[in-house]
Amino acid sequence: MDENDIIICRCEDLSLAEIREVIEEGYTNIDEIKRIIRLGMGPCRGGTCLQLIDRVLAEYQGAGRDEIQMPTNRPPVEGIKLKEIVGDAVER
Amino acid sequence: MDKVDKMDRADKMGNLDKVHKMGNLDEIERIELAVVGGGPAGLAAAVKAAELGLESIVLFERDNFLGGQLVKQTHQFFGSKDQYAGTRGIDIAEELTDKVRKEAAIEVKTGAVVQGYYEDAVIGYLEDERFQKVKPEKTIIATGAAEKMLSFPNNDLPGIYGAGAVQTLMNQYGILPGEEILMIGAGNIGLIVTYQLLQAGVKVKAVVEATDKIGGYAVHATKIRRAGIPILTKHTIKEARGDSKVEEAVICQLDENWNIIPGTEEILEIDTICLAVGLTPKIDLALQAGCQMAYVPELGGDVPVRDEDLEMTEENIYIAGDAGGIEEATAAILEGELAAINAVRAISGGGSDLEAVYAEVSEKLADLRRGPVGEEIRSGLKKARGDENAGRDRYSRQRRYSK
Repeated sequence: MDENDIIICRCEDLSLAEIREVIEEGYTNIDEIKRIIRLGMGPCRGGTCLQLIDRVLAEYQGAGRDEIQMPTNRPPVEGIKLKEIVGDAVER
Repeated sequence: MDKVDKMDRADKMGNLDKVHKMGNLDEIERIELAVVGGGPAGLAAAVKAAELGLESIVLFERDNFLGGQLVKQTHQFFGSKDQYAGTRGIDIAEELTDKVRKEAAIEVKTGAVVQGYYEDAVIGYLEDERFQKVKPEKTIIATGAAEKMLSFPNNDLPGIYGAGAVQTLMNQYGILPGEEILMIGAGNIGLIVTYQLLQAGVKVKAVVEATDKIGGYAVHATKIRRAGIPILTKHTIKEARGDSKVEEAVICQLDENWNIIPGTEEILEIDTICLAVGLTPKIDLALQAGCQMAYVPELGGDVPVRDEDLEMTEENIYIAGDAGGIEEATAAILEGELAAINAVRAISGGGSDLEAVYAEVSEKLADLRRGPVGEEIRSGLKKARGDENAGRDRYSRQRRYSK
């Protein structure tokens, strides 16, 4: 089974093989993996991959899925343009 | 710096000042109740809150239409008569939408995405390409659920859909997703969508289910088997194959430890794979509000910890429907009503009328969850409520989230 072909994060196009690589480099929590390879930072905001990644990490840590710490959830829930926030208050 | 430039700059400073003022709490519109999500739970919550006398309710829906998943549900519901049994989901959506539109106290915002729940209980939303804020006294989160994904080789090939997408294409827009399909998952969604595909003339090659039992109702399973479609339990997809789109699926049998049994592989020629492997609550806003979560597999994964009245661990914010745990539309409707009753009680104080409605709705909900079918839900809800005597912040099985 080629883990390069198993996509975990569709938005950022990250395969299971790429995720294992960073875990083996020592990035063992989701927040770190997020910062290194942008897991969960695409338009779906982790909606798909967070359901898969905790199982992968649990396997490495010999822990239950529910023991894996999840990343911070911040607004906005979906992508938003700067223009939509400031409106025409600031031009250029 | 010449004069024009100076004026220009001064003008811009003035405008910047306006931007900063957007953060001023005094200038934010205040309402009694915000309901986030226009699916069964949200619609029912808004209607009930209006019926009970609230005067300023805003219902937010990110889509351009109300009804949520109900609009794709062309099948008739089960259950008791007064809970929409025998009625199609799409008709329930229409009925609830009509009620919402008739209530002057409800302002409906469609195409409005709630983007954040901030400190001081302010809601930020995007409507008409403008980010706006509102400050409700109480908020009901009814954001529903998202589909789960499976990890298998080539799981990103075109032709692989979630069951929700298949229903949207087929039932909402009248488009067939493909001609020959493999269905993954034999829960109610997998079975119902399989039957709908059959009715639409699509060939379903098989339904595979990783556990040893069919999760959905026997009634649906029987109809599918009668049509000659095998439902293979203890089976999963090993990989999808194809160049630019799905052409084959390799399925295989699993042993009791969920490992693939070598030699049981079977190749199916298909052009579509439909994943119906479960849903998980959409909890973004509850997390942003700082509410605690519990990992409860029976309810679909991480769910907000809540009390009997559906209030979460932060005050003034309630959860209803699939956002609090995966159940059915009828349960979502009743939870929406229950959350609304509790929000109204907290805003305007109780009253004997209110208590009567509360008792009635709670009883209906308990009825719905009674019996062997409701066993998993009951066990899940018990976990999601935690130790009721331990107070708000001492839930023992809390899922950790970074701050």
